[in-house]
Amino acid sequence: MISNQVLSEVEFNVVGKRPLRPDGVDKVTGRAQYGDDTNLTGTLRAKVLRSPHPHARIKSIDTSKAEAFPGVRAVVTAKDLPFASLSKDELGGEYTALKYASDHMLASDKALFKGHPIAALAAVNAHVAESALALIQVEYEVLKPVVDVREAMKDDAPLIHEDLRTNDMGETGDKPSNIATHMSYSTGDIDKGFAEADLVMENEYTTATVHQGYIEPHNTTAFWNSDGQLNIWTSTQGSFQVRGTVAGVLRIPVSQVKVIPMEIGGGFGGKITAYLDAICAVLSKKTGAPVKALMTRTEVFEASGPAPASWMRVKIGVKNNGKMTAVEAEIAMDAGAYPGSPAMQAIVCAFACYDVENGKVDGYDVVDNKPKTAAYRAPGSPQAAFAVESLIDEICGELKMDPIDFRLLNAAKEGTRRIEGLVARRIGLVECLEAARDHDHYKAKLDEGIGRGVACGYWPNRGFQSSVVMTVNYDGVVSLIMGSVDIGGTRASIAQQAAETLGIAYEDVKPTVVDTDSIGYTFITGGSRTAFATGLAAINAAEDVKSQMVSRAAKIWDTDEDDIEYVAGIVQHKSDEELKFTFKDLARQLATTGGSISGRASVDPTGEGNGYAVHIVDVTVDPDTGKTDVTRFTAVQDAGKAVHPSYVEGQMQGGAVQGIGWALNEEYFFDDSGKMMNPTFLDYRMPTSLDLPMIDTVIVEVANPGHPYGVRGVGEASIVPPMAAIGNAVHAATGHRMRSLPITPGRILEAGWENGRS
Amino acid sequence: MPGVTHVQSTLNGEVINFLCEPRQSLLEVLRDVLGMTGTKEGCNDGNCGACTIILDGRIVDSCLVLGVEAEGREMMTIEGMASAEGLHPLQQSFLENAALQCGICTPGFLLASKSLLDQEPDADEGRIRHWLAGNLCRCTGYDKIIRAVMQVSTAK
Repeated sequence: MISNQVLSEVEFNVVGKRPLRPDGVDKVTGRAQYGDDTNLTGTLRAKVLRSPHPHARIKSIDTSKAEAFPGVRAVVTAKDLPFASLSKDELGGEYTALKYASDHMLASDKALFKGHPIAALAAVNAHVAESALALIQVEYEVLKPVVDVREAMKDDAPLIHEDLRTNDMGETGDKPSNIATHMSYSTGDIDKGFAEADLVMENEYTTATVHQGYIEPHNTTAFWNSDGQLNIWTSTQGSFQVRGTVAGVLRIPVSQVKVIPMEIGGGFGGKITAYLDAICAVLSKKTGAPVKALMTRTEVFEASGPAPASWMRVKIGVKNNGKMTAVEAEIAMDAGAYPGSPAMQAIVCAFACYDVENGKVDGYDVVDNKPKTAAYRAPGSPQAAFAVESLIDEICGELKMDPIDFRLLNAAKEGTRRIEGLVARRIGLVECLEAARDHDHYKAKLDEGIGRGVACGYWPNRGFQSSVVMTVNYDGVVSLIMGSVDIGGTRASIAQQAAETLGIAYEDVKPTVVDTDSIGYTFITGGSRTAFATGLAAINAAEDVKSQMVSRAAKIWDTDEDDIEYVAGIVQHKSDEELKFTFKDLARQLATTGGSISGRASVDPTGEGNGYAVHIVDVTVDPDTGKTDVTRFTAVQDAGKAVHPSYVEGQMQGGAVQGIGWALNEEYFFDDSGKMMNPTFLDYRMPTSLDLPMIDTVIVEVANPGHPYGVRGVGEASIVPPMAAIGNAVHAATGHRMRSLPITPGRILEAGWENGRS
Repeated sequence: MPGVTHVQSTLNGEVINFLCEPRQSLLEVLRDVLGMTGTKEGCNDGNCGACTIILDGRIVDSCLVLGVEAEGREMMTIEGMASAEGLHPLQQSFLENAALQCGICTPGFLLASKSLLDQEPDADEGRIRHWLAGNLCRCTGYDKIIRAVMQVSTAK
């Protein structure tokens, strides 16, 4: 049995190999500098006073006692942000966006979630800062909270924003509502489709609020120099996003802000939003000193951006032969305090694995009194897949059809028109399903007490802007400068693509991640875009280097550029075999023939290749305790081309295990007053090494035509299938159909008692 | 302001002296007083293991130990794991097996793994999974970490 398979059809010299990562030694010796390792001379420590209430009007804030406390250097509230002194007329159309962004950082009129920042202060050390926080006096008028997505949608629900009106397919509602947006897509004729079906099944599903659970808490150090330059050292997936947010909220030009991305201790989508940066900036301006903040783990849970809870209704019609005739879904997700849940992505992803003629999906973005949600690995898709893939398993049960055969019969393929109207380019779902069907795991005999489940998942993957600059050193080593932060092998995978294009050794490319002043705009490390889009930037920059190397050789040989070719790292004359330079030989001559060579590229590609994954899972369920154990797990995914297979496997395994946690354990518990009851790693239970088997992988490689080496993204599709696959396996083991996440021991026991009674 | 206490202990083989307040955790002392930032803060309440160090031969979460408790004791942090001769075999194995993605939990895992293999060089997969259950990793799903430790273990 092979634990990790790569089904490659095309081989390259560097791409597809498993070299050591350039930042590896620093990370195993403790030398790598993460955000909180920043320590500038004279740094003050900031702490944030947060609302103890999920919903309250702020009547007054008295900071005088805190300001007088020995060791405190400055206190800030929303009054210190530019928004406080700008009128609604002045801001015009910008008003709402700036109010949301500014209030999210420091609340002005209302606290909208427990943990909402109310004030912050800077002091000589963290202990003094913490002691002084208690001296800030805030008078609240406590309001009724709502922390359930369906409750928040009701007409009589407490209003989160008095002025929010529903954007209903472009039309603005006539009364305030917590439903920020309703959107809908449809294709074909669903009435006809359901009428044609031999079997129609429909069910409702819910999922709980969960957190990305990165181990490094949010942190930042800001220094606003007296010359007006604001420098920020932080842990982020997007240094340019932080720059944009901070400049926007502080109403200063982006060029006045430099963001230095430190090593990042996990993100999974949760480290895109800037929480502490503007607060520390304003404190730095007030004190003239660098100011650093580090969230506690409880602050991370209560006041960063978890993934939304959801309510979903799914209806599917099929013929007796298994062919799907119509699909329908309604998905409501809670965005937390401010609009922006991934309900839109959820409805687009819901049926993206299937080729169905008739369909309709409706999504609702709903605000409530939880922290504003953020992206979490394939945002929106995992919830939708839990509902759709669970219902499909039920349908397979009714039809007595193998779940992989059913999916192969209905699988989306090149040319499939998806519900939002886009037509799929070359995709690899069928290949993934076939690899799963043929896998040792799927064919293995089921021992007594074991349930097996399968599910598939989709994520579109993204393109967006990336920039790369590379310089040829005189020893032939290429310095590669990029703006994409390295969240888990980025440097290696980008260097590999550069080396492949240049025809030189991987070790001869030295990648460095730089600040926002040192490279062109680069979008976040996220969306499964980096290996694809920053990879393309590296490839294009390498092509730029190659053409300049050819020009240089032409100059040296006093010949025409058209007579010279660049083949596999050799610059050679097309007809004169004597004239030939290796990359290193030519690099050595650069100094005396015109100086150094730099290649550069900024890209905004649109050729991203959609990602598909299929997971197989075996579970046992303890009949006495209801505890589910995952005993075997196989993750199959189309990578297009795995640039560094070890890190692709790592993405597949990491996503699968986050999915296992989401399926079985993880959940925000709220008490009656809307407060989270489990904001620690003790009570918010993420999987440990003891809870898991090895996660076997199969990398399928169906080349993405939009990339020279066929690369698709790989980071996100892996978290989409596990919840339904586990739910389906639990059903196979126990006969209980679990339609709410997480599938806790309690819920399984309750299902058993229900079934026993009926 | 609380008073400060003089503490003498051994860190990575060197005798050191430092001043700390009684309320400061050993994690805070290591990072903020001694500048040893290889020891990471993940939760500050003993649940994630990112701040794992070896204290008198036993692994501890340094966030749960007070700085003053280091008096007269021997500490080993990630900064003491490699030597002039090169990386410790576990560090090399973590690199070769891609056992880290973001790397924030890595120092804690390395010290916990070292402590296990120092005591039980032949630890098998089950034992390793059990021993490392106090260290959270959110990136890897543990698979490659477990394999990296198994490669150094003498159990075959």
